[in-house]
Amino acid sequence: MTTTTTDATASEHTSRRSVALDIVRAVGGSSIAGPLIALVLAMAFFAFKSDRFLHAQNLSLVLQQVMVVGVLAIGQTLVILTAGIDLSVGTVMALGQIVMTKLAVANGVPAFPALLLGILTCVGFGILNGGLVTRVRLPAFIVTLGTFNIAYALTHIVSNDQTYSGLPSVLLFFGRRFTIGGTAFTYGIVLMLVLYAVAWYALTQTAWGRHVYAVGDNREAARLTGIKTDRVLLSVYGLAGLMGGIAAMLLVGRTEVGDPNAGQTTENLDSITAVVLGGTSLFGGRGSVIGTLIGAAIVGIFRNGLTLIGVQVIYQYLVTGVLVILAVSFDQLAHRRRL
Amino acid sequence: MNAGEPILEARGLVKRYGHVVALNGSDFELYAGEILAVIGDNGAGKSTLIKALSGALQPDEGEIRLAGEHVHFRTPLDARRAGIETVYQDLAVSPALDIAANIFLGRELRRAGPLGRVLRLLDKRAMRREATRQFAELKIGVPSITQAVENLSGGQRQGVAVARAAAWGRRVVIMDEPTAALGVKETGQVLDLVRRVRERGLPVVLISHDMPHVFELADRIQIMRLGRRVAVVTPQSHTMSEAVAIMTGATRGDLEQPAATPTPTDETEPG
Repeated sequence: MTTTTTDATASEHTSRRSVALDIVRAVGGSSIAGPLIALVLAMAFFAFKSDRFLHAQNLSLVLQQVMVVGVLAIGQTLVILTAGIDLSVGTVMALGQIVMTKLAVANGVPAFPALLLGILTCVGFGILNGGLVTRVRLPAFIVTLGTFNIAYALTHIVSNDQTYSGLPSVLLFFGRRFTIGGTAFTYGIVLMLVLYAVAWYALTQTAWGRHVYAVGDNREAARLTGIKTDRVLLSVYGLAGLMGGIAAMLLVGRTEVGDPNAGQTTENLDSITAVVLGGTSLFGGRGSVIGTLIGAAIVGIFRNGLTLIGVQVIYQYLVTGVLVILAVSFDQLAHRRRL
Repeated sequence: MNAGEPILEARGLVKRYGHVVALNGSDFELYAGEILAVIGDNGAGKSTLIKALSGALQPDEGEIRLAGEHVHFRTPLDARRAGIETVYQDLAVSPALDIAANIFLGRELRRAGPLGRVLRLLDKRAMRREATRQFAELKIGVPSITQAVENLSGGQRQGVAVARAAAWGRRVVIMDEPTAALGVKETGQVLDLVRRVRERGLPVVLISHDMPHVFELADRIQIMRLGRRVAVVTPQSHTMSEAVAIMTGATRGDLEQPAATPTPTDETEPG
């Protein structure tokens, strides 16, 4: 009872300004507070365990490692906000990455068209997912499990299990570094942060964003208020595909090869983990892309920190698994309380 | 009160689902400034009639006129564009969004100039202001317009749905069992709201099972039976039990002709 009244008065005071206020509210709101505390605790723990952890150079490395998953997780957030899920993002990204590198290296296609075709392949898969979910009315889980396998197979068929190297410089741009105060950053990190800013804007400051939330919150109510729910869903899956394509470009920039075995397990699951750890509800309609950025940072910090303190890679999977189940349990408990 | 042409009018509406005839040549008239209740037993065709009027389904035969003009609603959106808003019984609101966002859902306001046109920036302040005004006019008490709808009581949630319909309905507001999901006290609040919507000059079509509410609120009552309009009564002309008798077929309604009551299965298609 008391919490509701304080919430009410707090929002009453703040109904004046809009954009600046939404940022404050997003950070102060309960959905971000939890992930933020988890992030700070994780950082404190690894800082205590390893001297190297808090070094600017190491934190920059974390960002570089988070970059690909971070971009995938933007698309995943959009899909999960509509109460769907996209299991295919990782293998779709792998396929996009093979398409762009193979075209550039083996087929002599100029770098820009090759890049574009790779990204468009991913967008195509996103639209296929969205089309099957809206037109054939299949559950997102099954559809994207199917396209996961199709993209996986195509990746290996198209590449003939070959790794493409010797890439043109255009494809490597986002892996390039620049330094601020002696710390190296890549352009890929900048692009990721820009994409987060754009996604935040679109979700919180435009009608389309509201419709994404409304579709996940109560699809029938959204339809009855005149929202074209199928179009919203199609846009969300299409954008998830686009994020897969951009993530493919970032991955190529970072690894400097087109690798058919890239991104098939960790990136896929990590994108969902980031969203869930970031406080976005799997039931749809609740969450934020800022939370996802924090979630992606938590995933990255655990992977990096555990490596720094000498924990074997396999235990990282164990820890991520436990984290996801904890986060989903909180989500479930909160959902039950709302009913 | 019934002076002039009907705002919304239907003639001979027929809707079949395979062998089942849900609407069997039903008529309908709604006049300016009135609350018209539509009552009938389950399967009498009242919700089919309402769905036809609100664009949720298309009748197989018959015609609908809005302010004297022929209309064909293919979707609920068509009806809404024509100024007919519907409130559904199952609290069709988006719980995680705030009140102002719900009022403007699907019809958001954007900032003027390039911010709105190019960047699609929402004008949240204007929407909050307008929603606040709407709530004040309808005397709906809520703590704050920026409160998430899920923190509201059932009555307040339905208040949000009614306020949305009243805000956007230019000609007609249809309420399909608006109190079915509510408790006694909350029902009272929503019924008061229905009256206030009429006071604003919007005619209301009220579908309800609850006879006391119907007799308390309605100016006229259309009684449906077997897919037809069998009588139009007023709370003054008939008692509740007389209305129920017509509804169940115990008494013949004024508009019921002996020859014109074939049972749905007897109907044969010519040709």
